[in-house]
Amino acid sequence: MMEFVVSFMLIIGGAFGVIGAFGLIRMPDVLIRMHASAKIGTLSALLILGAAALWFGDAGITVRVIMIVVFLFFDRAHRLAHDRPRRDLHRGAPLARREQCRPRPQSPCPCA
Amino acid sequence: MENMLPLAFDIGTALVLGATALALVRLVLGPSLPDRVVALDMMTVMIVSFCGVASIRYEEPAFLDVALALALVGFLATVALARFAERAVVRKKEDEEAEAEAREAAE
Repeated sequence: MMEFVVSFMLIIGGAFGVIGAFGLIRMPDVLIRMHASAKIGTLSALLILGAAALWFGDAGITVRVIMIVVFLFFDRAHRLAHDRPRRDLHRGAPLARREQCRPRPQSPCPCA
Repeated sequence: MENMLPLAFDIGTALVLGATALALVRLVLGPSLPDRVVALDMMTVMIVSFCGVASIRYEEPAFLDVALALALVGFLATVALARFAERAVVRKKEDEEAEAEAREAAE
């Protein structure tokens, strides 16, 4: 039973990783690429590391896995999915055609 | 059912390495610095996943320590590169302003 769960999590995690990487290649601009890779990549790592924690079933290893996941969440969920896109936009990263933002002279740029 | 676990190891390793290779393609293609940073992040996370697969496959929990260090380094690298990109914008703006002032002074 445990073998089945671990195998399932490994394969699903790997499949999510490939899907996220495909998103990274196929999506048209940097914000959508971030959206694809940050969320799906984190889910993939979460599944695979969870499989490792289940497989060893040891308290020390589980704590280690939780720490890895917390660091990944710090990185991805905050930096990648919220903070950095804004900076990249102001840095002038090219957007897909229909997503060009209109300049608003009244609102001063918050991160310049 | 007997051979399911080794097969899952092989498939998992292949998928994770494939994802790393695809992220490498985006790293090479660019086209801008933020794109490359995103691709590098994806590669870091996929290598962390690979460490997880390897730790199960070789029954070696030490790979998880590698993954922990890699997650930390990836976090710091993201923060540093984000700061770098942001300061590059500020520097560019300052340069443009200085140029405009110089032009006005010349006129």
